[in-house]
Formats: sequence, structure tokens, C-alpha cells
Amino acid sequence: MNPVKVSNVTVAYDRKPVLQEITFDMPEGKLIGVVGPNGAGKSTLIKAILGLIPTASGTVDIYGKPYKSQRKLVGYVPQRGSVDWDFPTNALDVVLMGRYGHIGWFRRPGKKDTAIALQALDKVGMKEYASRQISQLSGGQQQRVFLARALAQDATVYFMDEPFVGVDAATEKAIISLLNELKAQGKTVLVVHHDLQTVKEYFDWTLLLNKRKIALGPTEEVFTIDNLQKTYGGRLSFLDTQLDPSHVVQS
Amino acid sequence: MWNELLLTLQDANTQWVLFGSILLGVASGVLGSFALLRKQSLIGDAMAHAALPGICLAFLLYGTKSIGWFLVGAALSGLLATYFIQAIINHSRIKEDTAIGLVLSVFFGFGIVLLTKIAQSKNGNQSGLDDFIFGQAASLVGSDVKVISSVAIVLLIITFLLFKELKLFTFDRQFAKGIGLPTGFINALLMTLIVSAVVIGLQAVGVILMAAMLITPAIAARYWTDRLDRMVIVAGTIGALSGILGTILSSMASNLPTGPVIVLAATVIFIISLVFAPNRGLVSKGLKLYRLRKRVARETVLQTMYDLAEEASISNQSMLFTRDQLLTRRRMATRMLDKNLHRLSREGLLNQTDGKWGLTAPGAKAAYEVTFNNRLFEIYTMYEMRFAYLQLAANDAWEYYEIPSHTLNELMELMAVHEHTPQLDPAHFAKGEKYYIANLESNDSNKRKREVKSS
Repeated sequence: MNPVKVSNVTVAYDRKPVLQEITFDMPEGKLIGVVGPNGAGKSTLIKAILGLIPTASGTVDIYGKPYKSQRKLVGYVPQRGSVDWDFPTNALDVVLMGRYGHIGWFRRPGKKDTAIALQALDKVGMKEYASRQISQLSGGQQQRVFLARALAQDATVYFMDEPFVGVDAATEKAIISLLNELKAQGKTVLVVHHDLQTVKEYFDWTLLLNKRKIALGPTEEVFTIDNLQKTYGGRLSFLDTQLDPSHVVQS
Repeated sequence: MWNELLLTLQDANTQWVLFGSILLGVASGVLGSFALLRKQSLIGDAMAHAALPGICLAFLLYGTKSIGWFLVGAALSGLLATYFIQAIINHSRIKEDTAIGLVLSVFFGFGIVLLTKIAQSKNGNQSGLDDFIFGQAASLVGSDVKVISSVAIVLLIITFLLFKELKLFTFDRQFAKGIGLPTGFINALLMTLIVSAVVIGLQAVGVILMAAMLITPAIAARYWTDRLDRMVIVAGTIGALSGILGTILSSMASNLPTGPVIVLAATVIFIISLVFAPNRGLVSKGLKLYRLRKRVARETVLQTMYDLAEEASISNQSMLFTRDQLLTRRRMATRMLDKNLHRLSREGLLNQTDGKWGLTAPGAKAAYEVTFNNRLFEIYTMYEMRFAYLQLAANDAWEYYEIPSHTLNELMELMAVHEHTPQLDPAHFAKGEKYYIANLESNDSNKRKREVKSS
């Protein structure tokens, strides 16, 4: 059974459609990159799947059941800029928030949760920073704290919103090795991505999106000049400088 | 004065009032922390002002003063005002600050109109409604305190039980929604809690200043801690302290309203926090900056001495330097230079002969350390991406002895490639000998092979 089945999802802000009739199945155990120009609705797609914004129509099933009953199977990494990093808390505390869905109402995180959170921090190379106030972390380190929080959710499907934006080389490496580890564990990961140059290197599958689904499939098959042209339209001159065309045609 | 204070405290009513204002202070400090972190400080102000017409209408409908109905009226008109503010933001291009300004003044104006109307009516003088403007804790009677305290305790219990949820909601609403927290419900609940904390404080603190009671303890607490649970406790304590001070001072002077005194007390605590809090306070920040400047100035002089000595030893010249030579090698303020030259000579790192300065044996060692550390850092910044795994945060101090040895070796090799390695061995040149470090076969600085050039 497919981990995620998106059927006919349409999202509109003020009657202006942001996503139109998006339908696709996510294959299990793949790293899927979502690319498209600014304003193509990449983040909106994740938010619509997770039910964070109202959809005008359509349904989302996680392993054949509605999202609401399958929340524990889903991990989420929001954009780093979506929170105030001067909030009075430390890295471990933020990662522990990933356990809240498992802990339930009224109860406090226990030893087991702390152990899981520390393990998650260790996986992203941030164990020494557990008790650091979050405002004292660099941008990349903050991003890794968010990744660790998603790991602590112990999910089977992950959605990550632009985790590579504004991070240092160490963080980029940490994220990639983490993605591959998740894949090796048979988990499915959907990542909103902005850097076309690295798409082929990082992702097995690619979803090309510009308000509509342009293409979805194994990266070698769908990441073609033709599809990119359809996705980015007139902005292709910019594409030429970013991509070696022979490279793309080859695939 | 102390006798007077003791007499005041022995009075049963004062004890009740005191008890009420403590709980009030705790509740508003705790909930104010959440309002502050959600950047909704002004919403509290709007709610407090907007409560006035609600109180007046409750009086007009019920006929006499009744704390219970006043609370209901205040809460309803406070929530109505919040609703209007949200509606204005959602359905027009007006921003939040403007919407708050609009709604707050309209509600407060309407409240004053009603209040004047009541004052002119026949039982207006007994209404005690005037107390709601600036607050009068002394006007609280036992039954008022019971209602206020019970509400405050309920608020605190709810906050305690739902602390984890409120925290996640306040920090990252999207994520909270993603893991299935009913964020709509929590938002409404938190709003209701804040409105309730405002409303129970109105009689003691007054509609005009109640917002300060919500925000001042919270922002003062933020200076003392970087953890939400502690911040909430500290804010509650500061709120309680302000409540105690305000109530006692205002009950000792006749006709002194409680609200302003409570707010002044809270503000004094805030100013103390702003100035003296560890890490975040102004004094602590100033001291840190002063120490940093002092250290940088001292290191600059030492490194300049080392640079000059290094150059002089290569061309076989005197190892003593004038002030002007130092200034030519590295531009710095003359006053700073003089101050540090004398400080370093007092520390025995420099000595002065015939107006020229030279490094002593311990001085040479210190200058070498500083130069080595700074040049290594220069190399690190050139190759920052390669060494990103060191995970240096931007504000961490750079100390070479904290770097893992294999990384240190790599950095030292790069330093040699760029001909940046400090050339003078500190152990020898103080004796007048000029030594060069021949190679870096062994990276342990004590075991370096040296080649004697000349003495």
C-alpha cells in the first residue's frame, strides 16, 4: 500500500488557486524531491497534506486511512523561519516536542522520551548542544534541531519543508546522510527543494510542481529539460546557467 | 512607620486583600508570560480597557455591585473586543496595532460614558465603579477576594496541567497542529485564560494599568532565565511581590490608588532585572564587552610585538622596538597602546630600555601563544567550509587548545603552506638568541626540531 495517496487536492487563497487538482501516489521507501519555481505551491502542498491549511477539495490518505487517524506515522520539519528562535527553551526541549504526540495530554515527557530525544540529537551531530539555548545556535544547527525533532516523532513518512535553505556545509552533509539512513530503514521522505543542481544527486524520485503536477517519477525519467521547461516556463535562461544540459539529456 | 505597618497587617480585611493580590499577581505573571511570548502584549491592554463597558452594563442590569456579574460582564466585553480586533484584521487591510488602537479606544470611551451616566444616577455613589479605573485593592471585601482567588487558582491549575501543550502551541503552532493538537481550541482557551487573568485584576489594579500587570512581570522574568518553566515561575513571583508591595503601600496612604503603586513596584523590579540580570542584563553585557575589548587590545599589542620581533630576527636587527614602530606595524589608538604597554610591563611581559620596548621570556611565550592562536584562526576562516564539522557557533571564542588534535594538525599544515606559521620559538629568543622552527615533522610544540641561526 502506498504511504501517501493525494487525490484531487485543490488549495485556494482568496479564490486564487495555489494548487490545482493535485493527484499522486508516493512510493514507499523513496526520497522524493519537490521542485518548482517560487510560488509554485511546494510548501502549500506539504501543509495541505498535513491538514495545516484548509483545502478547497480533495483527500489525502496515509497508508489507506485519512490523515487524522494516522498522525503518529507522520513526521514534519517546518521551515526554520516559521518560529521565534528567541523563545526561552533549549535544543533538547525542542526535540522533546517531537514526542508530545506520543505522550498524550497532561503528562510530562519521561526518561524514555528524553533518551529518544538525545538519540535523535546525536544522529544529527548535535548531542553536545542539548542544553544550549536555541537562540545561541547557528542557522544550520537550528535546522538540525528541527530534523532531530522530526526523528523523535519516530514516524514512517516524513515531510520536510526546505531543510537545505541557508545551512552550512556540515548541516547539508548531516541532512543527506540522515535522509539516506531513513531510506535504508524503509521510510518515505518528501523534501521541498530549491537547488536544481543537487536534485539528481539527492533524490530517487522527483515531483515537478507549478500549481499543477507537471511530472512525478524516478528522477532519471522525469528530471528532463522538457519537464523543467514546462515547470519553470520562461525562466529557462536561468536554468541553462544552473544545469549542464547534456547532463540532463543523458538521463 | 513599622507600627503602622504591623497594625495594617493585623487587620483581617488587609490580610484578605493581601492574599487576593498575591494570587492575582501570580496568575497575571504566569499568563502574561504566554501573552508576551505570543507577541500579544497589547491584546491584554485592549481586553482590560474593553472590560469597562461590560462592568458598567452588568451594574446597570443587576442594579448593585456584584463581583460575580462584574467578572462576567468584563469577560464578555473583553472577548467581544478581541473578536472585533480579529475580524478587522481578517476582513480589511488594517494591521493589528491599528485595529487594537481603534477597538480599545471605542470600548473605553463607551465605558466612560456609561460610568458618567451611573455616577449621575441616584445610587451611583455607592456603586464603587470608580475604583475600576485606577484600582483600589482596599475596596475588596471578603467575598470579592474569594471569587478572585478561586478564579486565579483555577487559572493556575489549568496552566499547570496543560503546560506542555501551551508551550508547544506558543513556540510552534504549525507543528502543534501537525501532531494533532486542537490548536483552535488551545488558542481559544489561552485567550480565555488571559482574559480571566485580566478581569480578576480589574478591581485591584484598574482597567488602565492592568496590561502592565500582565506584561511587566513576564518581561522582567525573561531577563533571568532561558527556560519557559522557570520564566513562568519567576514571573509569578514578581507578580506576587508587586501585588504585596502595591497593596501595603496603598493601604497605608489614604486615597492612594493600588493600581499605579503595583505597577510602579513591578516596574522597579523590571528595571533591576534589565540592569542587573546575569547574561542578559545591561551590567553583565557591558562587563562582557569591556573584558572582550580589554583582551583584544592586549592581544593586539602582544601580537604586534611578536610580528616585529619575527621580522627583525630574519633581517638580524635589534629586538627592541619604539612606540612608533609598533604604531606603524599595526594602526591602533595611541592611548590604548600606551595603556597596554604599561600594563604588560607591570605584568612582567614587556620591559622598557631607553624608550624601546622588548618582550621578556614570559612575554615571548604569551606573544607566541596569542599569535599562534590568531593566525590559526585566520587559516580556519580561509578554509571554513572544510572545517565546518567543528560546529563553531558565531559567538564562540576561538582557542586552539580546544581543537581536536587531528584538526589542529591539518590547520597547522595549512598554516605552513601559507607561510603563516609563527617563526620565533619563544623558549629561546628572550635570551637574545634567535631561533627558527625548522619544520613541523612533529606537531607537539615541545618536541619541535630547531635550527640555531645566530645569537
